[in-house]
Amino acid sequence: MGMTIVEKILAAHAGLDRVVPGQLIEARVDRVLANDITAPIAIREFRQAGASRVFDPQRIILVPDHFAPNKDIASAEQCRLLREFAREQQLANYFEVGRMGIEHALLPEQGLVLPGEIIIGADSHTCTHGALGAFATGVGSTDVAAAMIAGELWFKVPETMRFMFSGELRPWVSGKDLILYIIGDIGVDGALYRAMEFGGDAIDRLSMDGRLTMANMAIEAGGKCGIFATDAVTESYLKGRTAQAWKPVAADADAGYCCVKHYRCADIEPQVAFPHSPDNTRPVSAVGTVPIHQAVIGSCTNGRIEDLRTAAAVLKGRTTAPGVRLIVFPATQAIYLQALREGLLETFIEAEAVVSTPTCGPCLGGHMGILARGETAIATTNRNFVGRMGHPGSFVYLANPAVTAASAVLGRIGSPDEL
Amino acid sequence: MRYTGKVWKFGDNINTDEIIPARYLNTSDPAELARHCMEDADPDFPDKVRPGDIIVAGQNFGCGSSREHAPIALKAAGVACVIAGSFARIFYRNAFNMGLPILECPGAAGRIAEGDTVTVELDSGRIILAQASGELAAQPIPPFMRSLIDAGGLMNYVKKKTIR
Repeated sequence: MGMTIVEKILAAHAGLDRVVPGQLIEARVDRVLANDITAPIAIREFRQAGASRVFDPQRIILVPDHFAPNKDIASAEQCRLLREFAREQQLANYFEVGRMGIEHALLPEQGLVLPGEIIIGADSHTCTHGALGAFATGVGSTDVAAAMIAGELWFKVPETMRFMFSGELRPWVSGKDLILYIIGDIGVDGALYRAMEFGGDAIDRLSMDGRLTMANMAIEAGGKCGIFATDAVTESYLKGRTAQAWKPVAADADAGYCCVKHYRCADIEPQVAFPHSPDNTRPVSAVGTVPIHQAVIGSCTNGRIEDLRTAAAVLKGRTTAPGVRLIVFPATQAIYLQALREGLLETFIEAEAVVSTPTCGPCLGGHMGILARGETAIATTNRNFVGRMGHPGSFVYLANPAVTAASAVLGRIGSPDEL
Repeated sequence: MRYTGKVWKFGDNINTDEIIPARYLNTSDPAELARHCMEDADPDFPDKVRPGDIIVAGQNFGCGSSREHAPIALKAAGVACVIAGSFARIFYRNAFNMGLPILECPGAAGRIAEGDTVTVELDSGRIILAQASGELAAQPIPPFMRSLIDAGGLMNYVKKKTIR
């Protein structure tokens, strides 16, 4: 029997001809990522282990993105730890505020993710990078400390689930809706301990930004990673971003999957996940009347240029409803600049949105848009757990950028078709 | 290793934002994190929990973010062991790496009530129910994970291998 994409990547990095699900391996890692929340613990573990040098300063990536620009003194101290460690270890990829972006938008943009690589990150949304055909998975800070020292880490080879989408996407449907649809179908532990491989003719036509959104939320189904085969979309995305050679990745025709799901895009409307779980999904037409106080467009899930273009297309010539605060946060400086040049920021500001510097801030209730008790937000982010964006008595609904923008104008959750 | 403790019950899909809300992640100080442990699932938990207590939960415990602050907070709050039907995988790794004992036991939430005193044997995976009313068998800890524990955790394992 052949191997899935993930099995091939893991085998190659473990120096083995083949691996099978359930097998425990030690594999080389190509990139090790951490942020201002998780790196401080990793750095502490690194020092406590008596280590003096990272295994390769080119392969460690530190991004202060969660509570940066520093939101308070404690956060400033955490960011300083990263900065000093990066200087001491002469890390090639430390991204200071001004160059910084949300890590999972930044790495692909900077050409730091290549097909066939293993990327580990002390951030659960590290699975985003599977959009480029890498095996990318979230780990804890101690795993990052170990990998910074050894350049390798242990893994259990996961079973792979395959998700096939066929047909044309309906209006306003994007990668966000496809992944929410899957999560609504299989549940927040539906892919626990497993890899999620996406395919089908609709996926072949999906943009890289859409694929990044889908892989990003694999973790919301419990998945170990989300992954796509490489194709012309991958090739065109990587062109000009990396000078390094890379090889295409694809599953063998006779690869073994623990399950294969088939979805028809004709059945899939824009999706809205109700509080307090990403699997609590409904089509936008079945939402009913849900008034909102805040709308948030951005994050590692939906803060890329395609997302901002979609939101701006909905908001053009319109203004936010009275009583609604609209917060837009482009995911990287490059996306911010591109949005500026395309006039998207002008559209947002004319619509009475505020536009924030790149940060994870509002998505995890960190800063830049915290919810008060009893408030409701719609957000293009990835989690709507209790207290996720602020007070434990607040409510978060997840949706795509078009629905979120339309809801800001309507003052309640709704579709752009209602405008 | 054998632990006897009083049980606090939680449901399915207890996520890391409930275990330690992100608003407290501007520090990694265990004592500070312990003061807010489980607060969004049960605001009184930090005051109620006593050293040696045991958490029993349903499926997918620890889902959500990769924050190691979650097992750190539980450990610092004095939780001796977490028994759940299943664990989210990053939390599972982190718990082993941090030395927080965890056991996977699909039947536990149905058989154990809040306030029960149970005894857990980590090596055998045996869970002895309140008033010796019965026993449950948890999933045995895989041999590789055992070798990590025997080495004194992941960092010691790595240290032995790489730092000479």
